[in-house]
Order: sequence, then C-alpha cells, then structure tokens
Amino acid sequence: MKNFNGKVLFLDRSDINTDEIIPAKYLTEITKEALKPYLLEDLSLKGFDNKEDIKDKVVVVTRENFGCGSSREHAPWALEVNGINVVIAESFARIFRQNMFNCGMMAIELPKEKIDNLFNNYSGSITNIEVDIEKAKLFVTSSEQSEVIDFELGGFDKVLVQEGGWVNYADNRY
Amino acid sequence: MGKTLVEKIFDAHRVEQPYPDTHVLKLDRVFCHEITTPIAITDLMARGKDRVFDPSKIKAVIDHVTPAKDSKTAEQGKILRDWARRHEIKDFFDIGRNGVCHAIFPEKGFVRPGYTIIMGDSHTCTHGAFGAFAAGVGTTDLEVGILKGVCAFKSPKTIKFNLKGSLQPGVYAKDLILFIIKELTVNGATNMAIEFTGPVVDEMSMESRMTLCNMAIEAGGTVGICYPDMTTVEYLWEYIKDEFGSKEEALKNYSKWVSDADASYEKIYEYDISKLEPMVTFGYKPDQVKSVNEMTGTKIDQIYIGSCTNGRIEDLRIAAGILKGKMISDNVRAIVSPATPAIYTMALKEGLIEIFQSAGFCVTNPTCGACLGMSNGVLASGEACASTTNRNFNGRMGKGGVVHLMSPATAAASAITGTIVNSQLYKG
Ligand code: SF4
Repeated sequence: MKNFNGKVLFLDRSDINTDEIIPAKYLTEITKEALKPYLLEDLSLKGFDNKEDIKDKVVVVTRENFGCGSSREHAPWALEVNGINVVIAESFARIFRQNMFNCGMMAIELPKEKIDNLFNNYSGSITNIEVDIEKAKLFVTSSEQSEVIDFELGGFDKVLVQEGGWVNYADNRY
Repeated sequence: MGKTLVEKIFDAHRVEQPYPDTHVLKLDRVFCHEITTPIAITDLMARGKDRVFDPSKIKAVIDHVTPAKDSKTAEQGKILRDWARRHEIKDFFDIGRNGVCHAIFPEKGFVRPGYTIIMGDSHTCTHGAFGAFAAGVGTTDLEVGILKGVCAFKSPKTIKFNLKGSLQPGVYAKDLILFIIKELTVNGATNMAIEFTGPVVDEMSMESRMTLCNMAIEAGGTVGICYPDMTTVEYLWEYIKDEFGSKEEALKNYSKWVSDADASYEKIYEYDISKLEPMVTFGYKPDQVKSVNEMTGTKIDQIYIGSCTNGRIEDLRIAAGILKGKMISDNVRAIVSPATPAIYTMALKEGLIEIFQSAGFCVTNPTCGACLGMSNGVLASGEACASTTNRNFNGRMGKGGVVHLMSPATAAASAITGTIVNSQLYKG
C-alpha cells in the first residue's frame, strides 16, 4: 500500500479541473515521473505557488467537484509522483475518483461542514493527516489542535487500495 | 418497479456484483486513441500482460495530434500503431483515414443500441446517442478493458429530461445542451446518466443527438443517452442490414432499449424549449452560459468549427449556409476541421469546402485540432476564440486564452462580424 500519512495542502476552491491539475500539453509524456514539475501548474487560485506549496505534501484538502473535466489519469499520476496519495474533498468528478482508487490512491469524500471545519481550523497552520483504512478514520493534527474524523470507504474502493490497484485485481479474478 | 435503459443494459452485461454498489460489466467495445492508450500499452507490457481480450471489439484511432507535431507525439502514434498490428486490431485508423474518435466510430457503425463501451476519453458519453451505455474512463480502467473486456461501475442513477416544444430558427442542439448544463451546473449530474427524451429529441438527427450527449460530461454525467428509434436504424442501416430483414424488424429489436414507464429516476426535468435563444459560454466553466444576445459585441480573435461536438456534416452545412458569399472579418482568423474523412468528402462534393475557403477559413485535415490546444490553433495570451467545441477551461486552447462555446451557426456569424453575434442576422 501507498503512504497515506503526511502534511496537508489546502486548495480553497471548487471545480478544480484536470487541465489545471496537469495541462494537456504534458499529455505527450509517456512516463509518470516526467509529469512531476507540472502538477497544478495552471491552477487559478490566488497566492498559490505550484513550486513551493506542494513540497513535502501527502494529502490535499479541497472543496467540491475536484478533478472534473478530462479523463486523463495523468492527474492522479502527477499527484502520485509528487508524493500526494490522498485527496479529501466535498465531492469528486466520477472518472477522477475512480482513477485514484484504480491506482491504489484515495479519494475521500466528507460532508460540507467537515470540510468547512478543516479549512477554518487548520488551513493557516502546518497540518498533518493520517488515514487509517481499517477503521476508516482520519487523524488530523496541527501544533494547536487535533481531532479524529470518520469517513466512508466502500468495499470495492478498499480492496483496490489494499491490492494496489485494479489491474492486478481484475486480471486475477476475471 | 420498471427499469431505466441504463439499468437494463447493466442487467444484460453484469459479470459480477462484488459489492452492493459495484457492478462489473462485460464490454462490447473498447475504443482507443493515441493520447491515453500508449501509456496503458506500455504499462501492460511492463506488467508482462501485453494481451487483448478480443481484437474485433477494440477500435483505435490517431486523432488528437495528427499529423504528429514532434518526436513525442510521433512516439505515441507509433506505440498505438505497433500495438494494433501486433494484436491484429483491424479497425485502426491512421492518418489519411483517421478522424475525431467520437465522430468516426459511430460513422463506421461500431456503436449499437444496448452496447457497453469505454474509452480513455471523457467525451465517450457521446455514443449514448445510440442508446448505448458509453463512459469515459482513465488509463487503468482502459488497461483492464483491453486485457479482460470488463469494467466496474457504481449502481446507475438516471435523471431524465423531457424536452417539449420546438427549436426556433437559429437555435440548435448545442444551444440546448449549453442551456441544460447551465441548469444542472458542472457537477449536477455526477455519477448519473442523463436521458434526453421528448418530441424535441425525437425530431433530432443522430448528429444533433450526439451533440447533446457529447456534453453530458460537462455536467458531470457518466453518459448522455437517447432511446433508439427509426432515426437510429436509418443511420446504422448500412451496417446492420444483413442482421435484420427490414428496418422495422431492426427497430423492433432495438425497442427493448428504452426505459420502462414506471422506471425510477433521481429527477425528471420538463422543459418547453420553444423560447430558447442561442447560447454561449462566458467564463472558464461550461455552466457559465448566457444568451448570445447578452454577449453580443464580445470581441473574438479566432473562430474554430470542428471537434466531436460540432464537426459533423450537419454542422458544416449550417455554418457554410451562413458563410456563403461572405467574408470573415479582417480582425479574425478562422479554422474549420471536418471531423472525419467521409465528412470532408461530403463537404467537398457539396461545395462547402469552397464556401469556407472563399470566406477566408483555413480548412484542416480531420483532427481534434484546436479543441485541446495541443497541436494546432493554439491561442496567444489574452486572445478569445469563438468555438464549437465542448470545454472552455482556463488554458484549454492555450495559456491565457478564453474559449466561448457556441453553435456552428453562431460561430460562423461571429466570424463575419468579428464579434459574438446572433446568426439570425445573416439568415437567408
Ligand atoms: S475533439 Fe476535443 S473533446 Fe473531442 S475527443 Fe478531441 S480533444 Fe476531446
């Protein structure tokens, strides 16, 4: 399994699309590693610096409809090669969400109040989130406070994370 | 309780339901293009699984960047081409015979009512116009599709649009779908199929239905779907005539692919669209939609007519009808990309290509072209494009550019004035 424990990048916007996550001009790359410098290059978000802000981050916390637009799996890959294996949002676009679990990564949905609380209470400080897959709990900590948040993880999503993705699972089974 | 069309397709294709909300379906078609498939192929090779489940059910095309523009895109084309040869995938369309995937695959008769289809492309929802369940997927789903001919989906939910009335002159399927996306917002249909029904859809050509279904994804929808009818049968007839004794028999067979009257929907929308005006987008999201009249006078630098949304023969006829005997404004440049070679040939025979060229358009080969700012027709920073494509995201057609989505009629009229304008100004 991948690493689901580390520092949080807060992206305070809805509808962040896959062109913003990884622009189309980089789709000619045929290795995942080549995508690394371009993650979130075209994100329109005030004050965001894609070189500095994503450093050492493992978890993204964001708003609604993350990953809408193109079906490109380059979006989760660009996150993955930068060490980001978890995105927590109010909601996801279908294809992006499936791509995350298909790669053995996690797309976790939380209700709006919980997302609002994360932004209100933590977005100003260095925050760490640890995902416990067995218990389906998030352990959130900053220097000032900490809390535990429950989330829902479907059976199929869990098995994909545990087996490291859909290709191996499907090839063994069908 | 009755079933929706999508539920019926799921029932007919279910291999397994490993979890209550997970349905593994057998696939009738796996479509491939050169941007998302090569990386699936190289990954399968690296895993020692360079196999295909059934070469006759896999169809592949080079369409996004064609001719190749540099070494990297040449390499992507080569990976797809070599793979198609290696696995004897006969329906592989290379330059000279290639066209935009969601235009050429239906045109070749590969899409049928009741089919399940995946492709590594979000606009795969287009093929729902034939009463098929067709969904865009990522590379991993595509790999499994290629390898095993299956794909997993969540339990299908459906919303239904019952569209009544009739479209006014100068108002087209594109205006209707822009209006619908505005109503639904960009995630209003996430994880849902969108059924388009009612007299307005019954009257529509397959081309117009494809335009409607093409943009279902812009509201987050998994697929846009129409019920098959005589229009569907007529479109497919050349390819299905050996299968059925008559068109009526084909229609009878296909008529099982409709929702039951007592099927359950997430939501049903009813609209009388008789007063609908031509629509256009203004921002960086496809639900930022206004009427053309509200946007009249907005300056544009480039016009693009083409893509899987509006690069079909009907679209070229409408645009050429407006451009005939006219010149585009000195302040703009204009590009048209017929979506397939067959469309190009028809346009040539009907004199449409000449009309475009005389008006000052550049006519390109069939390709996605300017739609995704990856090969040709890229905007400079600060420029605006009047475009018949489906996505206006920030940077989509080039960094710093803005794309206004609209119908081919509005795009053609706007080319003449150099600003966004209602095509009714140029009628007749
Ligand atoms: S025309 Fe545009 S939207 Fe359609 S498949 Fe090509 S790039 Fe995608």
